[in-house]
Amino acid sequence: MTFWVLLAVNSITFGGLLFLLSAGFSLIFGLMRIPNLTHGSLFMLGAYVGATIIVSVLNTSIDFWLAAILAALTVAIFGALMERLLLRRLPGEPLAQVLVTLGISFMVADFCLMVWGGDPISVATPSSLAGFVRYGIAVFPLYRLAIIVIAAVVAIALWILLERTRLGAMIRAGVDDPDMARVVGIRVSQIFTIVFALGAALAGFAGIIGAPILSVYPGLDQDMLPLALVVVILGGTGSLLGSFVGSLIVGFLYNFGQALLPELAYFILFLPMVLVLVLRPQGLFGRQLP
Amino acid sequence: MSALTVSGLRKSFGGLHVTKNVDLNVEAGERRLIIGPNGAGKTTLFNQITGDLTPDSGSIRLFGRDITHLPARRRPHLGMARTYQIITLFARDTIIHNVMLALLGLSKSRWNPLIDMSRQPHLVEEARQAIESVGLGHIAERPLAQTSYGERRRVEIAMALAQKPKVLLLDEPFAGLSIDERRDVQKLLLTIPRDVTMVMIEHNMDVALDFADRITLLHFGEVIVEGTRSEVVADPRTREVYLGH
Amino acid sequence: MTRNLIGLGALAIVFLVLVTLPLWLTQIYYVNVASQILFYAIFAFGVNLLLGYAGLVSLGHAGLFGIASYATAYLLAAGWGHPLSIIAALVVGMLSTAVFAALSLRTTGIGFIMITLALGEIIWGLAYRWISVTNGDNGINVHTRPMPFGLSLASPEAFYYLTFVVFVICTILVTIFVRSPFGAALRGTRDQPRRMTALGYHVWMIRFWACMFSGLLTCIAGILFVYYNQFISPQTLALTSSAEVVLMVISGGPATLLGPVVGSALVVIVKSVVSGYIARWNFLLGAIFVAIVILMPEGLVPGTVRLWNLGWRKTTRSRRQKGVLETGGPPA
Repeated sequence: MTFWVLLAVNSITFGGLLFLLSAGFSLIFGLMRIPNLTHGSLFMLGAYVGATIIVSVLNTSIDFWLAAILAALTVAIFGALMERLLLRRLPGEPLAQVLVTLGISFMVADFCLMVWGGDPISVATPSSLAGFVRYGIAVFPLYRLAIIVIAAVVAIALWILLERTRLGAMIRAGVDDPDMARVVGIRVSQIFTIVFALGAALAGFAGIIGAPILSVYPGLDQDMLPLALVVVILGGTGSLLGSFVGSLIVGFLYNFGQALLPELAYFILFLPMVLVLVLRPQGLFGRQLP
Repeated sequence: MSALTVSGLRKSFGGLHVTKNVDLNVEAGERRLIIGPNGAGKTTLFNQITGDLTPDSGSIRLFGRDITHLPARRRPHLGMARTYQIITLFARDTIIHNVMLALLGLSKSRWNPLIDMSRQPHLVEEARQAIESVGLGHIAERPLAQTSYGERRRVEIAMALAQKPKVLLLDEPFAGLSIDERRDVQKLLLTIPRDVTMVMIEHNMDVALDFADRITLLHFGEVIVEGTRSEVVADPRTREVYLGH
Repeated sequence: MTRNLIGLGALAIVFLVLVTLPLWLTQIYYVNVASQILFYAIFAFGVNLLLGYAGLVSLGHAGLFGIASYATAYLLAAGWGHPLSIIAALVVGMLSTAVFAALSLRTTGIGFIMITLALGEIIWGLAYRWISVTNGDNGINVHTRPMPFGLSLASPEAFYYLTFVVFVICTILVTIFVRSPFGAALRGTRDQPRRMTALGYHVWMIRFWACMFSGLLTCIAGILFVYYNQFISPQTLALTSSAEVVLMVISGGPATLLGPVVGSALVVIVKSVVSGYIARWNFLLGAIFVAIVILMPEGLVPGTVRLWNLGWRKTTRSRRQKGVLETGGPPA
């Protein structure tokens, strides 16, 4: 029984991490109509940068969160540069943009290999959250619960941003109809950069706060990108609620799949995605795929 | 003998009723003009006739045969050809290649992965004839990207005629053409023999009126007036639709 | 007329160079590189059929390549003998391609990229996790090569000649296909699918059969690969491998006959030769990819011709015209 509860909690935790990773992916896809194939690399980059910042300062507890924010900012700047310097040169050519994001993912992955080497880096859980919580006979790592809380907070913050701020309204307009949005005076290309940077920041942030659980290693990008893809296909592009629900579904599928049917784990994970793409291409919540 | 009969056709998009109970009967050899202000649902009606859209209810018959649910790609094989408001030809190819593609569309050879397409003399010859018939024989080898809009419209008509259609649907064939180009296309359309039934959507009254035997006036998805040219022109409802009182 | 003669002359020279390659390229390492270039070129032909001629970008073709490789290796290990293993591998590969196509052709454009990516991942995941069949990360070894007409293929030179013969056959097949009515119909579905339907073509079915031909070429390449490498592991089916073959097609020139070969040469040489001198060859590959997509999207072959003719300044001006990748590049 405890086994199942723990597995469920781990699933929700993983789902939370996936939400942080996929929310940005979904927004970028919804707004710019492209799956950002660099997204896994941005996750990994944030994890590496964050891990480096932590190690270089002695006191881990406060610095973990500071490091996380700095890592997110670094990745955000990288994302913004990527969008402005490269993607913007290919307006109205989604296929070309997708291929550019693919090429950049190669470059980022090799860059990380060059700087940080081939050995996995483990990141210590921040000491303030290193404990456990007991509930009956079940014991839950505090950090995993913390991730759930963080994901929920970020989800609410994103919701407020999208539904209650002017910027959010502009983003939603851009997602619905970019041409119309331009006509009413929204600087859609600026929104593109902002959303791309925001998505990158979320991915980088997810990378570092996930590091105590997943650690950081070459190939992390290749492990995370397909998961973000599945979440967004299941949940729909451009939909926050969809990313949330999709992340939970994938979190459960991934963890239960690994535990119960390890040989078919990938199959279990991707089959719903293929089914959704084939039967309902707009996902469970979102709009038609471009 | 009826070439095209549309009965009780209805189509809505969400709450928007684009086609409301349209009845239409075009006799073989007739020249029918469909007119109506913007948003009247003319192109949507065409799209249902060609199979690009499926009607919600009602039927479409081609020479008596029910084609309402026949896939769009089968309709050319039954003798239905169509031109589009915005010309969408194969810009990277030559005029003659465009027409050959039209000819192949109805031929079993279109599935053949082995023979060399440029070495089929009868295909090439037939394509040349079709291009000659629209007066573009002198530029048959020219890449489409280097032709004028008026020339492209004529290529499009050549492609439609190359398929030897029984019913030819023309969606605003004069759109975007200069006065001279319009005259050329008009002359061309008048040379088409009566074994081809023609249905045309058009805004431009001065060129279109000459063409029509009968006119159907569409407004907000409904047939408002239908009759001979003089009947429709004289009908007060026509003026009401266009001038709004 | 003279242009045709020059073209034929160039072709004859290239043919002679390739046929005599092991004689003048004495280092075995480079003969092996040449073999790789040729069978990856066949793989690139397969991907180009969809990317260049059908306008469909697949990021999952390494999965089909890998299925053929794994099938061959698995059956050989089970004792089936070379001819049966090869035939069975082709059958399995083609069946997989049919399923792959039926699922992927529900959409086009970005949707197609994503479904093929997902399907490629599923196949990779199976190769990685279905250890009872695929041996997982440990892979499957192939101990012997076939002996067509009693000739041994153990040496790199002999294997090179086999690859060369298969490459020539595939090149001829692709050339015939491209010039055929079906090839023209396929290009038509790339440029104006709606118009093609209005002209009486069955667009889905045309794309499906193009996928099948693409799958055939991919499987042939996969079988050559597994005999060359004498080993297959999940890495061959990873997303990076699918990306690399797309890079080959894009860099060489989609919708051209020479493009996939040039692209294959580029990627294989960077991976095999340049990697000996530059440790960061993956970065280089990615950078080349990005550069070509942005600066020379029609690929090296047409792009070089264009640069040669027009000069550098006009390159950026014509690039701003209608997106080249969206329409698949210059006329075939």
